[in-house]
Amino acid sequence: MGAARYGHVRMSGELSGQVAIVTGGASGIGAATTALLADAGATVVVADLNAAKDAGGRFVQHDVTTEESWQALLADVLKREGRLDIMVNNAGISGGAGSVESTDVATWQRVQAVNSEGVFLGCKYAIRGMKRTAPGKPDAKGSIINLSSVAGLQAGAGGIAYTASKGAVRLLSKSVALYCAEQKYAIRCNSVHPGGVDTPIFDPLWQMVGREPGKAFLDARHPIGHMATPREIGEVILWLASDRSSFVTGAEIAADGGITTGLMRRQPFVAPR
Amino acid sequence: MSRLADKVVLLSGGASGIGAATARLVVREGGKAVLADRDEAKGRALAAELGDAALFVPLDVTDEAAWNKAVAATVEAFGGLHGLLNAAGVGVRNSIEDCSLAEYRRVNDINGLGTFLGCKAAIPAMKSVGSGSIVNISSVLGLRGASYAMAYCASKGAVRLLTKHVALHCAQMKYNIRCNSVHPGYIDTPMIAPRLDQPVGNMSGRQWLEELHPLGRLGRADEVANMILFLLSDESSFSTGAEFICDGGLTA
Repeated sequence: MGAARYGHVRMSGELSGQVAIVTGGASGIGAATTALLADAGATVVVADLNAAKDAGGRFVQHDVTTEESWQALLADVLKREGRLDIMVNNAGISGGAGSVESTDVATWQRVQAVNSEGVFLGCKYAIRGMKRTAPGKPDAKGSIINLSSVAGLQAGAGGIAYTASKGAVRLLSKSVALYCAEQKYAIRCNSVHPGGVDTPIFDPLWQMVGREPGKAFLDARHPIGHMATPREIGEVILWLASDRSSFVTGAEIAADGGITTGLMRRQPFVAPR
Repeated sequence: MSRLADKVVLLSGGASGIGAATARLVVREGGKAVLADRDEAKGRALAAELGDAALFVPLDVTDEAAWNKAVAATVEAFGGLHGLLNAAGVGVRNSIEDCSLAEYRRVNDINGLGTFLGCKAAIPAMKSVGSGSIVNISSVLGLRGASYAMAYCASKGAVRLLTKHVALHCAQMKYNIRCNSVHPGYIDTPMIAPRLDQPVGNMSGRQWLEELHPLGRLGRADEVANMILFLLSDESSFSTGAEFICDGGLTA
């Protein structure tokens, strides 16, 4: 199906002149989002620990957990691209599926550092960048999109460290949204809650149980009948990035194939023999 | 008055506020209360007041070894552990623009990591007695955002979700251990005392906070403690992974 062509018809040039940063932009949801934002005309900076192959944006080596890395990234983007309009805080790790009993403090702290502190810093530096946007225009304008998860809405997907970190992202996004509104910054902030997305985050599971049986199991967990492609989440992010969502702020947007809509049967995965 | 007859409850933040109010109810209802707190003076004083049914143990909730010691001391003193209240927490005012990374981490360590470690330390002891109830204090700010409480919102969102994880994990493992979160509005405790004196516009801080609640007043610690008592007791035996709101209508 002519998905790319449809995308062109719909959004071509809509984000032209705008600058976006996508953390974790080298793979998975981040890579798909980068392609969609670029397709809509935005200049995209791919901020990732790992170099992107054919990223569709300028790659900057970046570690979301350190303040120094954020300072350097923002300075670099304001120098090279001159402005910041869209911040996609997408970088994240699963930290494994450890339970309350099996998770150690080091794992907890590592997952919070990337998923929670990384998003906190991403919002903080995004606001700094966006406040400098377009001198003479409204003081600040932009859209911040934070990737939470269905694990930020209900438990049962991922470990305790992951679900706690995604709960933190869900609520801090609301604080950021309200703060920016009160300050009369035209900066919106929303959280996106994907269900299972076919990205490298599932590689450890595929290695354990095999990709096909693993994917079939996860497909069946979604009322819509399948896991998401990275692009299906990227489309939601693109909408939140654009002015088409201009009245949406502090919202939690589930893109989860219906997982959190109804009652979930929580059967354990049984690997076929 | 024996809704918690012979049940042993460990309470972080048990020396003041919601923790102390709950400790009083636990003892009134025939249970044993172990007050775990950083504030030794207050904790020891309350334990002395409550008598033989209470014990004080020092606890920094971010220290896993201290949690294990507190649980061991509880089991040694009273023969088991049936209930855990994670009430220790900090309330800090900051926004996304003025919060430092160190402050973000401090708030999330005490409120988030501290609650995780409490659950982790308590579960083995509850498995030994064959049942348990864990109550984690989140907040209305774990349900809704506030511009002036960015790090606190994040930490209470983490508590809200980790509670559901603990509930599901214990259910799947057939431990007979329940875990629920409680979401108080603004309760008249030492945590919010500094805010009561800070005027907001032409209102006193107290008046501003009171009028936030449809009931027109602050909550009392004993009102939250009554909800916690229900959750600690077997009266709530079919409730797990749930969010219990005690907020004077704030989020209605």
